Amino acid sequence: MRIPRFRTRLKTPPGSHPAYRSPKDSFLSMMTTPSTQAGSIVGGVFKQLLKFVACLLALILLVARPVLAQDAGSALQQLRTGSMAEREQAIETLGSDSNNLKLLQALQDGKLFDFKAEGKLVLAQESAAGYQLSDPLSGAALAEVERSAVGKINLNNKLRGVLRKTIALLQLNDADPAIRLIAVQALANEIDDKAVILLRDHLANETDADIKTAINKMLLLQDINSPEKDQRIAAIAALKDLDSQDVVNKLQALIDKDGDGNFLEADSDVRNLAEAALIKIRERMQAYAAAETVFFGLSLGAVLVLSAIGLAITFGVMGVINMAHGELMMLGAYTTYVMQQIMPNYLGTALILSIPMAFLVAALVGIAIERGIIRFLYGRPLETLLATFGVSLFLQQAVRSIFSPLNRSVSTPEWMSGSWQINDFLSLTWNRFYILIFCLLVFTALLQILKRTKLGLEVRAVAQNRGMARAMGIPTARVDAMTFGLGSGIAGVAGVALSQITNVGPNLGQAYIVDSFMVVVFGGVGNLFGTLVAGFSLGIANKVLEPYAGAVLAKILVLVFIILFIQKKPRGLFPQKGRAAES
Amino acid sequence: MNISNLTQDKTYASVLIALASVTLLIPLCNLIFPEDSALHFSAYSVSLIGKYLTFALLGLSLDMVWGYAGILVLGQGAFFALGGYAMGMYLMRQIGTRGVYGNAELPDFMVFLNWTELPWYWNGFENFGFAMLMVFLAPGLLAFIFGWLAFRSRVTGVYLSIITQALTYALLLAFFRNEMGFGGNNGLTDFKDILGFNIQSEAVRSVLLLMTGLSLIGALLLCRWIVNSKLGRVATAVRDQESRVRFLGYRVELFKLWVFVFAAMLAGLAGALYVPQVGIINPSEFSPLNSLEIVIWVAVGGRGTLYGAIIGAVLVNYAKTVLTGLMPDAWLFCLGGAFILVTLLMPDGIVGLLRRRIKPKPTLNATGGQPA
Repeated sequence: MRIPRFRTRLKTPPGSHPAYRSPKDSFLSMMTTPSTQAGSIVGGVFKQLLKFVACLLALILLVARPVLAQDAGSALQQLRTGSMAEREQAIETLGSDSNNLKLLQALQDGKLFDFKAEGKLVLAQESAAGYQLSDPLSGAALAEVERSAVGKINLNNKLRGVLRKTIALLQLNDADPAIRLIAVQALANEIDDKAVILLRDHLANETDADIKTAINKMLLLQDINSPEKDQRIAAIAALKDLDSQDVVNKLQALIDKDGDGNFLEADSDVRNLAEAALIKIRERMQAYAAAETVFFGLSLGAVLVLSAIGLAITFGVMGVINMAHGELMMLGAYTTYVMQQIMPNYLGTALILSIPMAFLVAALVGIAIERGIIRFLYGRPLETLLATFGVSLFLQQAVRSIFSPLNRSVSTPEWMSGSWQINDFLSLTWNRFYILIFCLLVFTALLQILKRTKLGLEVRAVAQNRGMARAMGIPTARVDAMTFGLGSGIAGVAGVALSQITNVGPNLGQAYIVDSFMVVVFGGVGNLFGTLVAGFSLGIANKVLEPYAGAVLAKILVLVFIILFIQKKPRGLFPQKGRAAES
Repeated sequence: MNISNLTQDKTYASVLIALASVTLLIPLCNLIFPEDSALHFSAYSVSLIGKYLTFALLGLSLDMVWGYAGILVLGQGAFFALGGYAMGMYLMRQIGTRGVYGNAELPDFMVFLNWTELPWYWNGFENFGFAMLMVFLAPGLLAFIFGWLAFRSRVTGVYLSIITQALTYALLLAFFRNEMGFGGNNGLTDFKDILGFNIQSEAVRSVLLLMTGLSLIGALLLCRWIVNSKLGRVATAVRDQESRVRFLGYRVELFKLWVFVFAAMLAGLAGALYVPQVGIINPSEFSPLNSLEIVIWVAVGGRGTLYGAIIGAVLVNYAKTVLTGLMPDAWLFCLGGAFILVTLLMPDGIVGLLRRRIKPKPTLNATGGQPA
């Protein structure tokens, strides 16, 4: 709670709920105010008067209840036959009792009908014969009638507004915080003095922090329109710490000029304060925009790292140019598609299961490529490039023939869709967020495999000195196959991630192959950390350039930059040192 | 490689004779014999053969740079497309008021994009001489700048291949943009005239085929002369042992640059001859896949033989025409299979197979050592 002033204004006793304020209520307040003042002068009389007032109050409350019930009956009649103005009054009357919420919602949904034959208001549900009627208050089932037997209760725009507000006010007392929040948000568009009073009351009893914030914001926005200058200034001071589009709009309205160039807001203090507050908020908006750009950059970088990291193994560690790398990712993405086809009711589970499956499929294909083709071409990088390019064409066409040349749709499970709305200016999409996390996990796992396992040790030994490794008894041919399988498997896992953010089609691999080579070469061949740094920095650079240059030009600029960079540092950001680098 | 090898010269001579006869006979047959004659070639087949010959020229350009200087360029298609665009710009300017919008100054797509005046780089393209100059200059300049930067900083082997691929990929993306002023996605098309003659007429098509054939023969003779010159021999030495040549005191980067730029210009010429015969140039010519196809032509034909590139280009493209017509699905399988089989089983291509039947020769190896 930011504004202590509120607490003082919230001292209205809970019993005298303004919604119940009848003409007699106002009479009571007229009577009591002078009496209490008199009581402060004469102590004894005051106490007696107080007792009297308490009795009177209790009596009135007792009387008021049945009166309200009667009102509800006549209100229903008013709603049925009355004019629009009478209907509005009827809605207000009904709005004083939370039991009427269902009825009002039915009215809003257009399900409240006039049953002409019996002259009463009914709920109607469409049925085979026409409408199934039920009682609007008790819900008891009534007759089933033809369509012509009932007439819909019509509303105009003004009534709809009143209805929305009334329903929202009733929903404020709902047990479910989600419904309360929706109610508060609905009130934002229909707010008036009465709603303000109700909201202030409600704020004291509200427990949910989000709802409290939302109500506070609305009340502050209302305070700006207050006739008291102090209140307005205090409201602006409080609002400048809120990140909300509504606040920006409201403050902007305070400093705008009309058509003749005069300020809409007469008070210059308020205007200047609003301007200062607006600048403050805009500064924060810029910071949020920057944060968002970085996030998008990181998520793009994560995709690049994922697609390049397998290549960092096959190209970086083994020195094999695998042009079919993109197609191995494509296989991973198609594995996800197949898994979801197998278990269509468990999309999330299918997605998680596809990770090991994609690894397996891609790794097996990779090992087959290594054993069948690449092992005959070690030491001839250009030939390797051509042969693996042939493999990539082959795999593309295979997928095209087996599945279809069209893109397949891979669904995103519930927990990955949507976005994390931090405030009005900053929201992060869940799927990109998960991919970022996933990328880091895969990277860590790969690093651990290379550092801590026997396979990793052998891979590094063979990479450093093949002849010596063989002399020490390491089966280099098997290690080659396993290494290639590892790199390919990771490409498959990257494909699972890609299936969540891009189209799964035969051209999926091609779109990423140039990018992933760029990342590996930029980061420095044979250096996993280089790949990570290069991927993220290229991703961020791309997203930073995008607003100025457009998506395509940004990509071109990044490519040109890499081309120039390689001219300058042919071994990448983090070149390998030592003799291994010379070969 | 023994250049004056008799068998090679024989094959070489027969390729030349075959080229010359195609170049001269087909246009003649097309013009002399009436349409119903068995010896008449339809306008379609004239254009098709013309297209094959431009591809042969393109393959030849790649063989110069890959086969003799050892630079595997995966972006040769970029130079081809640039030459094509230069020619396309000339042809666009010849349309004049016959376009859909009837604007004398602006090509249709610019009117469509609400442009009011011709971008500066379109100036001069109404002149055929200037356009032909640009056919050589545009790819040549790009190759010079790119090569100068790359060779000077000793970017070699796979790295170079990949950045040439990135180059053509970047150009592909750039030319897709409408803002570039090259017709965006649709490219340049709807040509009417070339040098005042109707581009659709059979006579013009025959002449274009004749020009392509003559260019190819000329380029083949020129390339052979260069390869046999001192320059070509040093370039071949660079291909086989770059550092040794450098230690001998040669400025390796200058030799590579020269061959690279020359090949780019040759590719530009091929593009310029290609565009009027197929009637369109669009950004897809920049796609990395196209450039890789050129590599497979040369590999299938036989790398480092010049005429092998021509045989390979014609054969692979003929197979492509037949296969894509018969069973479209099979083409990529065949292309992919060709890449694998050629690299694994016949590293010297068709020419290598022919030659091995006569006399076994050691295979040609690129520089490279153990996997890093």
